[in-house]
Amino acid sequence: MSRIELDRVVVRAATPGGPVPEVTILEETTLDLTEQRVALIGPNGSGKSTLARLVNGLVEPTSGRVVVDGLDVAKKGRQVRRRVGFVFTDPTSQLVMPTVIEDVGLSLRHLERDRERRAEAAREVLASYGLAELADRSVHTLSGGQRQLLALAGVLATDPDVLVADEPTTLLDLRNARMIGDLLLGLRQQLVLATHDLDLALRCDRALLVDDGAVVADGAPAEVVAHYRATASG
Amino acid sequence: MTVAVSPLGDYQPGTTVLHRLPVGAKLLGLVVLSVVAVAFRGVTTTGALLVLGVLLSLVARVRLRAALRSLRAVAFGLALLAAYQSWQQGAAHAFVVVGALLALVLLATVFTTTTSVERMIDAITRWLGPLRRFGVRPDLVALAFSLTIRGIPLTLELAAETRDAARARGLERNPRAYLVPLVIRVVAHARATGDALHARGLGDD
Repeated sequence: MSRIELDRVVVRAATPGGPVPEVTILEETTLDLTEQRVALIGPNGSGKSTLARLVNGLVEPTSGRVVVDGLDVAKKGRQVRRRVGFVFTDPTSQLVMPTVIEDVGLSLRHLERDRERRAEAAREVLASYGLAELADRSVHTLSGGQRQLLALAGVLATDPDVLVADEPTTLLDLRNARMIGDLLLGLRQQLVLATHDLDLALRCDRALLVDDGAVVADGAPAEVVAHYRATASG
Repeated sequence: MTVAVSPLGDYQPGTTVLHRLPVGAKLLGLVVLSVVAVAFRGVTTTGALLVLGVLLSLVARVRLRAALRSLRAVAFGLALLAAYQSWQQGAAHAFVVVGALLALVLLATVFTTTTSVERMIDAITRWLGPLRRFGVRPDLVALAFSLTIRGIPLTLELAAETRDAARARGLERNPRAYLVPLVIRVVAHARATGDALHARGLGDD
């Protein structure tokens, strides 16, 4: 199992022209995440995505350290990104190739240089996610659920040790949200899941409630979700 | 959700002779024909290019819908150009100019529908290989190329969504209500794509 450590991490952002020169996005946070499935919950703009993005270096801490399996994200970003996959809320920006098979093939480029063998490997990946029949389809013609599933397949094709998913079900209908949620929770990878879906959070092994740039509750999902529900309803 | 497709046509898997031709040969052919269209401008050349475009479309089994879509994307501009050229220099000259452009669009469609982007990336990476010693990173150039191709339908998709949003607010006649959000959305999408590439470790090599 992987280990994600945040050591006194602070994230601030400059606000040019704003009333204050910079705002704190994430207050000093220290965490040690060793559980298989970790949920990040909290209101919009609370800092969940920032916390998730720290794990593979999409956001750099203003101070403090983020370490994944002993690798400092700031210093060993390349190695960390090979270990940590990331799934975004909107898969459209994540799919960069015109066809389904080419997009998965792009993920495999650094693993397999030969085009024929790469295509074969990509087809195997697509088959394992039930996307084999869509292999030659244009990504523009896919439904929202199919796009998110493809984005996930593209990330998992390289078999990362950790998967960070930033609200991956927010844009999906109930059926697709369930399908993607079940798939994520069944992965062998360590999962860090930022989500508004509290049912999904309840199925994780640990939950963190993020509010106003700070982790305000951390523990068993049932307790953390109950705390969130209580505070959200005032 | 609005779905837009590339005006140059998406790749159609197949086994025709044009599918099997090396990317370099097809691209070189396209360049040569473009040069011919300009250097040997005339009714005969334009007519021959149009016939060739139609023939190669048939050989490549380009779907009629894809061909029409490509032509429709440029139809308005070409119609204006044809009208202007007819008025200024006569119908024959209009045919030469507009017909040649039409033929080249058709030939470009044949190229994109018979060549997968992955093959193009492989070819570009191979061609730029010798430039590594000068600091050029072929993988990155090839990736930029594929993003450009992907960007065409995506921008059209964003444009259609933005136009619908302006229309829903009764602002369809206000260009600012359409163009400003469109530019912002395209830039935001570019940033999100950058994040996604970064997250996938593409460009780290």
